[in-house]
Amino acid sequence: MTFPRKSIGLLRTSLSRRIVLQASAAVTGMVDASLSSARTSPGRITRSARANPGNAQHGITVRLTVNGTAREVEIDTRTTLLDLLREHLHLSGTKKGCDHGQCGACTILIDGRRVLSCLSLAASHDGAEITTIEGLAQGGHLHPMQQAFVDHDGFQCGYCTPGQICSAIGMLAEWKAGWPSLVTMEQTERHPHLDIADLRERMAGNLCRCSAYPNITAAILDVAEHSA
Amino acid sequence: MKPFSYARTSSLDAATREKTTGATLLAGGTNLLDLMKLQVMQPDRLADINRIDGLRDITTDDAGNTHVGALATNSDVAAHPTILRHYPVLAHAILAGASGQIRNMATTGGNLLQRTRCVAFYDTAASCNKRQPGTGCDAMGGGNRMNAIIGGSEHCIAVNPSDMAVALRLLDARVRTRRAGGATREIPMADFHLLPGATPQVETALQGDEMITTLILPPAPPGRHAYRKVRDRASYAFALVSVAAIMQASDGYMRTVRFALGGIAPRPWRIEAAEQVLTGQKVSLPALSHAADIALAGAQGHGDNDFKIPLARRTLIHVLSTLARETEDE
Repeated sequence: MTFPRKSIGLLRTSLSRRIVLQASAAVTGMVDASLSSARTSPGRITRSARANPGNAQHGITVRLTVNGTAREVEIDTRTTLLDLLREHLHLSGTKKGCDHGQCGACTILIDGRRVLSCLSLAASHDGAEITTIEGLAQGGHLHPMQQAFVDHDGFQCGYCTPGQICSAIGMLAEWKAGWPSLVTMEQTERHPHLDIADLRERMAGNLCRCSAYPNITAAILDVAEHSA
Repeated sequence: MKPFSYARTSSLDAATREKTTGATLLAGGTNLLDLMKLQVMQPDRLADINRIDGLRDITTDDAGNTHVGALATNSDVAAHPTILRHYPVLAHAILAGASGQIRNMATTGGNLLQRTRCVAFYDTAASCNKRQPGTGCDAMGGGNRMNAIIGGSEHCIAVNPSDMAVALRLLDARVRTRRAGGATREIPMADFHLLPGATPQVETALQGDEMITTLILPPAPPGRHAYRKVRDRASYAFALVSVAAIMQASDGYMRTVRFALGGIAPRPWRIEAAEQVLTGQKVSLPALSHAADIALAGAQGHGDNDFKIPLARRTLIHVLSTLARETEDE
């Protein structure tokens, strides 16, 4: 069971909405100064102090490897990894949901571990290896977790999906490494397979407002069983 | 977020020097960044301590104490074989808190220094003596469902939101610190978090130039461990009430008992006198009720949180009676 048209449609929608927003911001000039400077491409930010005129202390250069590509970006010290990815590197696959660590939409992998990019200060992650949703497909093939979400229709609106997928990949690595969870702490013996209660607890940091949880769970279980 | 300058520190000397001159230390950032975005906290300078060597280690010394570095993440502590084997209540409490992503970021030291989630504290339009001393407490008059029923004052009824700290208090952990100039000391968990009194903005015993370097866990007492957290949803929510306990029982009698409560007070709530009345006693509802009376003596609701008093009693009695039954079976 596949729904390729659905996913293509989502991609088109989000891209065109973004272009419209950027174009209208440029025309009306109604975006606040810090946002508009953040939207400028990294190559065009030549002075790090742009967001805070007259105070160069508030700018910093950060070097990162993002999806295998070395990047160097001059940013305001306030920039989170989420804003760096979306506004400076134009990798808008990582979503801004709540921006306060409550929804999981911004989940990325840093050095293989799942973290929240909205609560990660970019300056603090100089030298980090970052993987986002854009970096998961290899050689024209979707990552098994991406494919499983398509096969099981593990989304409705799709906004939480990049975070769900990155989180699920990190979560399975944790589970395979034998990390405990609140559910396993209350079990007397270790289950050989990832059971649904354990999966739900481990994925509790990723909310889905469409409540596509049954299909999200099915997709992750599929990958867990085929890679155990 | 207000503009701030950023410094990457690579030594304890540099970090404590930065703290002396007013910098706020950045570790996992999971609470600090959130509060800075809301402008509840507005530091002029962040000193990033993540590159300081040796602060992520978890080791055991010859005396059987386990040392947990201040930068060890929640995930690393909860999954560590020594913690799982000897301090399961600590792993259990950590795993009851936050989410997988946040536990991968949040640190041990940062957990102890996290701020309350009181609604009035978070709302910069509300009055809050902790955020802005002398302005009053809007939680007192309403919207206090998550607030304290014990240990608060007329100035503040904020709750310490940590699960980890409840287990650390139960285990009599000690917080090792370092001050500018290199002096170190160990602060018992019992003394680390302060009650609000008239100065709710002062939350810990740390001095201005002092930072947490290590957490020291003495050997745990014999017995079975439990952590029970009651909350509004099954996962990823702060505690309404939580109970951490260790008990050894045999022949129907409680031999060793320790317990502490979370979610109800400005600090992990442990009353040793309530444990003492249970030691050597037969397991019975009257005995457990008596201990709950002592632990919760003086508890007072503020309207929305009145339910926490019976909830704390019942959760405590449930955890202790369940532990007594389970430890008999072993």
